[in-house]
Amino acid sequence: MIALKGVTKRYGSLTALSPTDLTFETGAVTALIGPSGCGKSTLLRLILRLIEPDAGSVNIDGVDVTEANVQDVRRKVGYVVQDGGLFPHLTARENVCLMGKHLGRSVDLKSLTDLVRFPESGLDRYPLELSGGQRQRVGLMRALALDPSTLLMDEPLGALDPLVRSSLQTDLKEIFRRLGKTVVFVTHDMGEAAYLGNRIVLLRDGKIVQEGQLQDFQKSPAEPFVTEFLNAQRAPVFQ
Amino acid sequence: MRYLWLALLLLVCVAPAQTVTVGSKRFTESYVLGEMAKHVLEQAGFTVEHKQGMGATAIVWNALKGGSIDAYPEYTGTVGEELLKQPGLTDDAMRLALKPLGIGMSGQLGFNNTYRLVMRRATAEKLGITKISDLAKHPELRAGITHEFLERKDGWKPLSAKYGMNLTDVKGIDHSLGYAALYADQIDLKDCYTTDAEIKRYDLRVLEDDKKMFPQYRAVFLYRLTMPKKAVDALSTLVGKIDEPTMIGLNEEAGKSKNYAEAAASFFNAHGEKGASAAAAASAPSGGSKILRLVGQHLELVAVSLLLAILIGIPLGIVAAKSGPLSSFILGTTGVIQTIPSLALLALLVAVPFLGIHFQTAIIALLLYSLLPIVRNTATGLAGIPAPLRESAAALGLEPGARLRQIYLPLALPTILAGIKTSAVINVGTATLAALIGAGGLGEPIVSGLALNDSQTILQGAVPAAILAVLVQIAFDLLERAVVPRGLRVGQAGH
Repeated sequence: MIALKGVTKRYGSLTALSPTDLTFETGAVTALIGPSGCGKSTLLRLILRLIEPDAGSVNIDGVDVTEANVQDVRRKVGYVVQDGGLFPHLTARENVCLMGKHLGRSVDLKSLTDLVRFPESGLDRYPLELSGGQRQRVGLMRALALDPSTLLMDEPLGALDPLVRSSLQTDLKEIFRRLGKTVVFVTHDMGEAAYLGNRIVLLRDGKIVQEGQLQDFQKSPAEPFVTEFLNAQRAPVFQ
Repeated sequence: MRYLWLALLLLVCVAPAQTVTVGSKRFTESYVLGEMAKHVLEQAGFTVEHKQGMGATAIVWNALKGGSIDAYPEYTGTVGEELLKQPGLTDDAMRLALKPLGIGMSGQLGFNNTYRLVMRRATAEKLGITKISDLAKHPELRAGITHEFLERKDGWKPLSAKYGMNLTDVKGIDHSLGYAALYADQIDLKDCYTTDAEIKRYDLRVLEDDKKMFPQYRAVFLYRLTMPKKAVDALSTLVGKIDEPTMIGLNEEAGKSKNYAEAAASFFNAHGEKGASAAAAASAPSGGSKILRLVGQHLELVAVSLLLAILIGIPLGIVAAKSGPLSSFILGTTGVIQTIPSLALLALLVAVPFLGIHFQTAIIALLLYSLLPIVRNTATGLAGIPAPLRESAAALGLEPGARLRQIYLPLALPTILAGIKTSAVINVGTATLAALIGAGGLGEPIVSGLALNDSQTILQGAVPAAILAVLVQIAFDLLERAVVPRGLRVGQAGH
């Protein structure tokens, strides 16, 4: 479980995130969605203290995240960015096993490749020698390598073409279901949010506008912006 | 008024201001003689340009042959042994041999500026040394000998043989720096020109050439035969007019004031009328084992200084990668060091009390020169790592030190290696200057050869140095293939 209390971030006069309270229940898959600059990625980074909050606290599985324990916390949370964030000087295998090697812990590569459906023959390739979808699968393996309780994903499918994206969405849904981990992912695609997440949090200008399920957004929008945002998304998934 | 202009124009057309260009070598006496030539030529109505201190014999001689200068002061010994390479010629025989080259030679100016050895007076008195033959009993003395003298046919080797000297500590060093070293008690013995003003200034003892080893070096002017007869006549007015005490006095004055024109003028004011002398020389190329030794020294200079530069430069680059005042300071300072001419840097370092003319001084100079490419490339390479990769490294829970070692430095490796390669290649070239302060290396034959107008000797240093630079480049290319992972090599994207 992740609990944010009064977490705030400003850059000069610009408010990236207004004081925010938010809880992500254990095992729930939550989508953070909103227009560019709404604060959804900032929120994700604040959870891992990749940026320092100006105020407020973050608690993960009962532990307050502080400067002192931040490395420990990060090792218990998997983090995936767009295009995988793989280190180009390491092979897929080395990327996945990096932290295991660093901490002297074993990594079950076989289950990971099975889980994300990545060919074992590709493990000794460098990121540049993999396709975008494969890189994303390797990024996911790396995030899951130490069997974290929580998975944070920042626009994990943002850089992929529609076909690859669609097949990965299907795979991700299955992976989330099998692992039962707490998942928070950022997307700008309402279809993806509704398909993968059991809860959607819509942000605008560093504030939460509405949270719930897609039907809640459609039936009882908190403000006109919600409807506007839904209408802006091209529709097939909504029928 | 109009007529005045016309008259002036006419004057210019009728008597075109004939220009004569005088050259000189890079030492005080040559400057002074050049200024004296300028003086007499101007008296004869010529417009004179004096190109001061153009370089060593080879450079000035080639400038004369090529016509970029019309005349310069030279010494009979040098003409016979080095320029014509026919030792033992009479002056007239030299003139005959120079004529096909389009070069003429004036009569002797008077003084003989030959070689001697000098010591600090106190040391010489303590050991009871007055003549060169006394040195045979003192093999422990430290000698700092000019590169030219080390290689001359009438230089250090034949001198040692003739006098039975057996000194073990003999370094090659620049002439002026050698005086500073002698004065600072870093060496005990050096070669000198008999008209050097430093002999008097530092109160040095000139050792008597009791076995009559050194030949005569009488000062003359060399000139192009195309020079107007009137100009030749003007130069000839100095023939037989400058004796040794006069020349020593002029050198001393010029050495103190650094105003060579004034020193030359003082001669004409006082109307000195005697003879004097000067020095120059001949060379002997040396064997293959010597080249190997020099290559070894050269590699040692490059390897040690480069290693130190890497050990210092990479941490500095890491600090400089984070922008801020400290970064600006580091990059600014290493940049400024790079702009100091290498010779000046050497001279500055030699003046530092605990450094002096040592191997370490050359190492420090080379190290300073090697820093910039390494520091800058390390900083650039690290600063260029994309933000998502930095964030990924942090998000994994790697400690800052581990991020640097396992992720950032390997990612910046190609850029850092390129910096080290640049430094290494520059270093191979710059290390030739180490010879000027007695640190050896392939600069030794280059420096000697330049002073001796002996292209063969120059090539003995220049060719191996060039080959070495190419080999270093190849070695680093191979190293890059070996250590940079396939994933970082550009243009190899799969799929």
